[in-house]
Amino acid sequence: MSGRLILILSLAIGAALALAVLLGESPLTPAQVGEAFRDPASGPGEVLWAVRAPRAVTALMVGAALGLAGAVMQGLLRNPLADPGVLGVSAVAALGAASAIVLGAASVPGAVEVSALAGAGLAGGLLVLFSARVRAPEALILFGVAISSFAGALTALIFNLSPSPIASAEVMSWLLGSVQNRSWIDVLWVTPAVLLSAGLAVLAAPGLKMLSLGEETARTSGLPMARLRLLALLAAALATGAAVAVSGVIGFVGLAAPHLVRAAVRGDPARLLAPAALAGGFMLVGADLLARITPTDQELKLGVFTALVGAPLFALIAWRAAREWRL
Amino acid sequence: MIASLTMWDADAWLGGRQVLDGADLEVHAGELVAVVGPNGAGKSSLIRAFAGLLPLTGGIARLQGDDIRTLSARQRAERVAYLPQERRIAWNLPAVEIAALGAPFLSGDEARAAAQAALDEVEAGHLADRGVAEMSGGERARVLLARALATPAKALLVDEPIAGLDPDAQLLVLERLKARARAGQAVLVSLHDLTLAARYADRVVVLNEGRVAGDGAPLDALTSEIMARVFGLSARWIEGPDGPLLSSGRYSPGSGSGVRSGSSPDTVA
Repeated sequence: MSGRLILILSLAIGAALALAVLLGESPLTPAQVGEAFRDPASGPGEVLWAVRAPRAVTALMVGAALGLAGAVMQGLLRNPLADPGVLGVSAVAALGAASAIVLGAASVPGAVEVSALAGAGLAGGLLVLFSARVRAPEALILFGVAISSFAGALTALIFNLSPSPIASAEVMSWLLGSVQNRSWIDVLWVTPAVLLSAGLAVLAAPGLKMLSLGEETARTSGLPMARLRLLALLAAALATGAAVAVSGVIGFVGLAAPHLVRAAVRGDPARLLAPAALAGGFMLVGADLLARITPTDQELKLGVFTALVGAPLFALIAWRAAREWRL
Repeated sequence: MIASLTMWDADAWLGGRQVLDGADLEVHAGELVAVVGPNGAGKSSLIRAFAGLLPLTGGIARLQGDDIRTLSARQRAERVAYLPQERRIAWNLPAVEIAALGAPFLSGDEARAAAQAALDEVEAGHLADRGVAEMSGGERARVLLARALATPAKALLVDEPIAGLDPDAQLLVLERLKARARAGQAVLVSLHDLTLAARYADRVVVLNEGRVAGDGAPLDALTSEIMARVFGLSARWIEGPDGPLLSSGRYSPGSGSGVRSGSSPDTVA
């Protein structure tokens, strides 16, 4: 079942990537596409292989990272509404990155990325501390909303106090979330980060499954829960931090991707990880393609697009979850 | 012989309140011991202390002779299995997958076999493939009990396993726990139903404000004096066809012991 699901998702991703490379705002004739395949250095070749392909692959990696982070956080917190965006992990990562940019650290290689990762780690740590003390899932969501709002307020404060309107505009544009103009260099560093986080998540998977039974039963199960919890947290923070560092804040993929495939793995938080990552990748490649070919004067930002689609979905999942919590 | 579970002069605090106050207790292999007491008496705390979930501030808890603090998480799990009262399961996993979580160190196939055997043991074998969110509370309780039974642990710690179950399911759960004790496990179970405690337990431990107020064969531990002092009940045992029955009413301290404010004899549920 799981294998077939992974195969279907992989085929869907292949198709989405192919479409993302072939379609775009500047339509190419079949002859030009042929030329691009024969000669990657030609004009059409540049468009396909240096502009559209790295952008699509970046979207794939960011979507996979967010889908994975969402699946890990939902398992860790036993909550179908957990997601790096909803719980403030993305917002704190963005705050870290925005601080680095405004403080002029953007010219230091890796500074923005490390700041985003540190922010994601901080928020993840706070969430785990809180969830260890408070059992009610509703309370955790509220705490995440508080983290998210506070990080948003601090980011707004940065804009407020920033002397340079141009730097502010750049940060703002970046915060909206986009994979526009991403190159193979971005792909080159985000891919290992996502793979590493996937590896950590796989190591933590037995702990995520055990947590289905609740905190106390898991602690008496014999599994080294403290270690597994830390691995899961690192996986989620690394994936979120990497995604935010390369693309800004893109919400709701982490929420929606696990939700789409959960029934197919019969709720198992361990077997959910791979399909959730693939579903997230597929969704974001598709969303970026739609954002790109939607005829607007200003290109739709990917983060804006996913939020427009994702927020109603969040309400729907919350509605269902609230009914289950009443049991 | 070393007792399977030993607690000596145990103190524990929870949220600024002392929940165990010099508690002493032993449970031997092959024995089913029921912990009874009013709400807040420390029953759950006692069980959670043996599970390693509530650290003692004084005294000592031992699992098969060894101080619980010296044991690793895995060693503890091999010695005691813990079934909490809380029955929430986060995801809609099939029953067999939940029960298999009792055996996390076995291979997938072995764990599933152990899980199926445990589900059969609690008459839930036919539910193996059903999602736990699609079950009644009683069915879910049996699946969670199967998870505890699928563990390799030598002792079972079971916190109010029959709360909220229908009468048939209550008897099923207690019969299975009794059978496990007969097969050589040590079973410590907290109960509110004194009649069922008297009927199924080899020994009853009465807790009151974190202290052991009585410990012995059921009818020796649950004397009229203890039931008046600890539970506020005016109660006496009568011999029923299937074992002792508790006839009880609320105790009225002002009018002397043995005065019943209730009028009809009934069992305490």
